[in-house]
Amino acid sequence: MARFRVEGECALIPEVMSFEPSDAALVARCRAGDHAAWNELVERFSRYVYAISVQVFRLPHHDAEDIFQEVFARAYQQLDKLRDDEAIRPWLGQLTRRLCIDRLRAAAREAPVEDLEPAGTDDTLAELDEAFAVHEALRSVPEHCREVLDRFFCRDESYATIGAALDLPAGTIASRISRCLARLRDLLEGKKTAASAV
Amino acid sequence: MPVSLYDETRIGELLRRLPPAPEGWVRAAQELPLARLGFDDLVRRAEEDTEFRRRLIADLEAALREEGVEPDPALVEALRYRLQP
Repeated sequence: MARFRVEGECALIPEVMSFEPSDAALVARCRAGDHAAWNELVERFSRYVYAISVQVFRLPHHDAEDIFQEVFARAYQQLDKLRDDEAIRPWLGQLTRRLCIDRLRAAAREAPVEDLEPAGTDDTLAELDEAFAVHEALRSVPEHCREVLDRFFCRDESYATIGAALDLPAGTIASRISRCLARLRDLLEGKKTAASAV
Repeated sequence: MPVSLYDETRIGELLRRLPPAPEGWVRAAQELPLARLGFDDLVRRAEEDTEFRRRLIADLEAALREEGVEPDPALVEALRYRLQP
């Protein structure tokens, strides 16, 4: 049975069943010095942190890279201070936002701008939160679905490229994307499809 | 509960919003905890000292022990990745 998240714009997105550790479990393992857990934590939130600096604040590549490393360095140092382990994502989001603003503020001393935060910041952040929830749902679909959807939508690969990588005809890729999208939609809407074949 | 929060088009749009971060950035962030194990010094030495690099490639765990460094599995894995040609 799907449960529902209880924060912000994602409140209506079902928290789908997943065999992977929860955010809180991952944080606890990181705190205990589990390096594999740290690798997974970085992997899980890397796109979100990257998207905030590049899509919301439109930082140039080298600044975005600095922020990215600073966010995870601080996260690693301050994991003990996190009051709610399940809140790691909003915590990382706020940290990224604050560091991006600091970076823009430093740049503005040299070339003043009217407003440090680009217009529509809150809307874009809300959109990224929603995107993150959908991306998290990907963890609950079968690996072959996850891979084809990630390659096509997130990595912007063509049918031909995906087909070559997976050794499948391009036409099969198109139909698989369609079926996997429907499966992901059902999952997001709380319908139980995990056991059925795609 | 709403009947249909998402259609496939919307899901596709949302998936597109989160492309992967550059692989090197992710790798560097994952290596952060290894700093306390002397990872950066070992990598720098391997880049500057051909003989040391050769010893590391030949037998990573043994070379680390010779240096008085405990071959922590995470350290070994990260070094092995960095030493790839």
